[in-house]
Amino acid sequence: MALNELVRRVAGVLPAGAVITDPVRLRTYECDGLTHHRVVPGVVVLPESAEQIAAVVRLCNEYGVPFVARGAGTGLSGGALPRTDGVLIVTSKMRRILRVDLENRRAVVEPGVTNLAITEAVREHGYYYAPDPSSQQVCTIGGNVAENSGGAHCLKYGFTVNHVLALEIVTPDGDIVTLDADDPGYDLLGAFVGSEGTLGITTGVTVRLSRTPETVTTLLAAFENIEQGGQAVSAIIGGGIVPAAIEMMDALAIAAAEAAVACGYPAGAGAVLIVELDGPEAEVAHQFAEVERLCRDSGAFELRTAAGPQERAAIWKGRKSAFAAVGRISPAYIVQDGVVPRTALPNVLASIDRLSAEHGIRVANVFHAGDGNLHPLVLFDDAEPGAEERAGLVSGRILDLCIEHGGSITGEHGVGVDKSRYMPKMFTDDDLDTMQLVRCAFDPRGLSNPGKVFPTPRLCGEVPGVRRGVHPLVESGRAEQF
Amino acid sequence: MDAPHNTPRPGADEAPRGPGADEAMGGLSADEALRATGVTIREAGSGDAVAGVMPRWVALPESTEEVAALMRVSAGHDLAVVPVGGGTRLHWGNPPERCDLLVDTCCLNEIPEHASGDLVVRVQAGVTMESLAETLAARGQELALDVPVGGSTVGGVLATAVAGPRRLRYGTARDLLIGITVVLADGTIARSGGKVVKNVAGYDLGKLFTGSYGTLGIITEAVFRLHPITPARRWITAGLPAPRTAATGSEGSGSPVGPGTVEGSGFPVSPRAVSVALAASQAEPSAVELDWLAPSGVLTVSALVEGVAAEGRAAAVRDLLGGTAGESGTTGESGEWPVGSYGVAEGDKAPDWWGVLPGEEVLLELRVPPSGVDGALRAVARRGLPARVRGSLASAVLQVALPPEIGGPELAAFVSGVRGDVGPLGGRLTVLAAPPEQAAPVDRWGPVGALPLMRRVKERFDPDRRMSPGRLAGGI
Ligand SMILES: Cc1cc2nc3c(=O)[nH]c(=O)nc-3n(C[C@H](O)[C@H](O)[C@H](O)COP(=O)(O)OP(=O)(O)OC[C@H]3O[C@@H](n4cnc5c(N)ncnc54)[C@H](O)[C@@H]3O)c2cc1C
Ligand SMILES: Cc1cc2nc3c(=O)[nH]c(=O)nc-3n(C[C@H](O)[C@H](O)[C@H](O)COP(=O)(O)OP(=O)(O)OC[C@H]3O[C@@H](n4cnc5c(N)ncnc54)[C@H](O)[C@@H]3O)c2cc1C
Repeated sequence: MALNELVRRVAGVLPAGAVITDPVRLRTYECDGLTHHRVVPGVVVLPESAEQIAAVVRLCNEYGVPFVARGAGTGLSGGALPRTDGVLIVTSKMRRILRVDLENRRAVVEPGVTNLAITEAVREHGYYYAPDPSSQQVCTIGGNVAENSGGAHCLKYGFTVNHVLALEIVTPDGDIVTLDADDPGYDLLGAFVGSEGTLGITTGVTVRLSRTPETVTTLLAAFENIEQGGQAVSAIIGGGIVPAAIEMMDALAIAAAEAAVACGYPAGAGAVLIVELDGPEAEVAHQFAEVERLCRDSGAFELRTAAGPQERAAIWKGRKSAFAAVGRISPAYIVQDGVVPRTALPNVLASIDRLSAEHGIRVANVFHAGDGNLHPLVLFDDAEPGAEERAGLVSGRILDLCIEHGGSITGEHGVGVDKSRYMPKMFTDDDLDTMQLVRCAFDPRGLSNPGKVFPTPRLCGEVPGVRRGVHPLVESGRAEQF
Repeated sequence: MDAPHNTPRPGADEAPRGPGADEAMGGLSADEALRATGVTIREAGSGDAVAGVMPRWVALPESTEEVAALMRVSAGHDLAVVPVGGGTRLHWGNPPERCDLLVDTCCLNEIPEHASGDLVVRVQAGVTMESLAETLAARGQELALDVPVGGSTVGGVLATAVAGPRRLRYGTARDLLIGITVVLADGTIARSGGKVVKNVAGYDLGKLFTGSYGTLGIITEAVFRLHPITPARRWITAGLPAPRTAATGSEGSGSPVGPGTVEGSGFPVSPRAVSVALAASQAEPSAVELDWLAPSGVLTVSALVEGVAAEGRAAAVRDLLGGTAGESGTTGESGEWPVGSYGVAEGDKAPDWWGVLPGEEVLLELRVPPSGVDGALRAVARRGLPARVRGSLASAVLQVALPPEIGGPELAAFVSGVRGDVGPLGGRLTVLAAPPEQAAPVDRWGPVGALPLMRRVKERFDPDRRMSPGRLAGGI
């Protein structure tokens, strides 16, 4: 079998112990953060360098065997789901920060470095790495690049793609290539970020470092209902303020957080809003007063301001625990990720309420309100017959709502295997075929993370009619060049 | 290189032939088929040449569907197509290998949607940057790209991927673009992204088309994220003394971090040190620009501070610049900023050179990591030519204008000399504009590591090489 033969050859190009074939150990890699999709990989490799990854990929090409990259496996769309007939390339042994260059505000790191480790390496010098997914203690920069991950602060600072200056990649044919933001021509770096491992494997990342802001101020505002909270968000953004973050939680999400971590949010709140401002002191002071006023005008009945890092952490505690916390109020749940234009939030939330009532499925809402990124937590009891199906239905209908309102089926968790079937609802066949032209350019044999993102893989074939040299009209004497 | 043909090819007007020909065209000539689309078509005149290459027709489509119809005809008749926006930068890049049809986007001039509550705008590609800015300003918003004067369009700005001073704070077009509609060589209409800022569904075709110089397809619509117009702007401008030994190019490793000290850089005050100090400053300038007449002029540095507390922050920048520029020296080289010494001036107007390209005919772009900026300036000065250097000091992306009458060999020597000097600093030099005769001996783009991948993308998107063929690096 091709895979057996490949395993033998791979062992020859990797250090001892870097090839895992033991079924028990293989099982630890069978899923990512989306645990209901499980596949035991054919073989797992733990390379230590770009050259080793390139060697593995070249062997995969020789045998026509698919490969999947994996960082920390925190992905929530099944992007790192392995293949029984393929190789899983795990970056856990590539965790070095190779260079920190403060003057040029950049760092060069290996793909397995965790997101937070970059900030930790430069924090004492007054710098940080801006994109901050909630999973930042664990998730890798390679995974972030693949998913174009964001975080609570991406409203002001943007996503991974805005903070990566160069990538070293191994192409699906096994070449090591650098994609540099300064290169003229097509922005291949930008196209690679967010491609979910389908265009090759990231082996090195040059990230932009940002200056730690002079001041950070955090406000917690409690409202009677979510409409008032939504109104405050609109007023703040409409008032020309771009906060670092604006997060909202509804009553059910607050109840869960209280049960889990006793965050002590104001009693009786139907919604809380966390607004964080950062930047030059004078600017923040001015804007903060404005935000307070706008929250009050929108009906906030209690405002709390964090006086220091500890109080800030206390305010964030409830929000940060929200996903795990719903476990306290529900035996099982689905974390959804969709986006709507911010102005459509009130409408969409009302529709979610109706869906929830109609199907007898509770939905807790936690969201990045500033950019309309919803994370509805669809709660169900897996012991109750039919509940899981109903929850799945509600969860899917929420994505339909996002599409209907001109939004997106995913704001940060990616398409992976989980949402590929929704892609045709958001895009036409022509859109998807055109995207797959990029895939065909990078990976004509479809070996790099196949079966992800696109519902129907495109057969690439040879490039039709590629012509170099003399134009046929010239050749046939029907035109001349002079 | 083959010389471009500049009269209509006899074959172009004949009935379609070969397997590429569209049966539905029913034996029409290219001219008839183009006119049958219903799109306004005119014969090209001498003003329509693309870098010296004459097209046969100019089409003025009014919608994405009309562009698609034109492209289908072009596919059936093997016509080479070049898109044109304002035509202000049509001479940038290599001349196209051939060009039958110019697709002028001037009539794609609508702004279908300004969702001000969402800080998003959807705009057709032919809308000029000025008219877009005007529409957005009516509701207190802006696209945070600097608006170049003089008719450049949304499509042209994306296709050339240039950015002005505020790139330091807001990034470039690719960072603000959240959705795109394009028409491919075969007439396929494709969209990616959408109307929301946060969106990771599918590949980002918008990124691919920024910097594509019309070689992948025609951009017909774009969606951008917007920013509120800032309530106040302050520019703080200072002169740095002219380099002492720049022309002879004394070598050195540049200054250590921290303003003031420069050993062997040739600059009494190191631009690099100024840049480092400003970029690290908590005053958060939105732009730090440089203007310099090499090899021996005074360097002018200007920083922009925006926002509600601009005045206070401007004071901080002023202190920094004053501290680095010092009070020493004599009068500035030109009257561009009010100096008695190398003092610091502040105001709510930009210096008149702000965001204006330093020249037109022979224009280069020099990029280095910020720490390489002294070396880059020295590399220009060492060539001894009068060169106007302007651009972002803090991002170290500089435009260099050379005398228009410069000869080909001189230009080639300048390019290879500067490339030789900035290569080790991690820098690169691109020739944005130069007349074909003068640029003939020059590799406009320099080495591009990802070129093989770019070529493969081009082959998939435009297998017949009909979209602005040959304009980009490596003959893409
Ligand atoms: C509790 C929790 C909170 C989260 N919060 C956020 C959040 O706030 N924002 C957010 O955006 N996401 C969030 N996520 C999702 C997830 O953490 C991110 O998608 C993260 O970027 C995945 O990184 P990883 O290293 O775990 O990647 P994996 O899960 O291992 O892989 C994810 C994808 O990346 C590919 N990949 C991994 N490494 C490479 C590489 N070197 N080269 C090419 N492809 C590669 C894989 O093939 C797969 O397709 C959260 C997840 C959890 C569990
Ligand atoms: C610091 C700085 C200052 C600048 N100042 C100015 C200035 O003062 N005035 C000014 O005009 N410009 C200025 N520019 C350049 C400007 O931003 C654009 O590059 C230029 O204006 C292009 O717009 P256009 O519509 O004229 O494009 P055109 O000249 O029409 O086209 C340029 C290129 O883009 C392609 N193209 C055009 N439209 C499309 C489309 N819809 N789809 C695909 N490809 C397309 C063309 O084929 C061509 O290759 C400046 C740039 C910088 C960096």
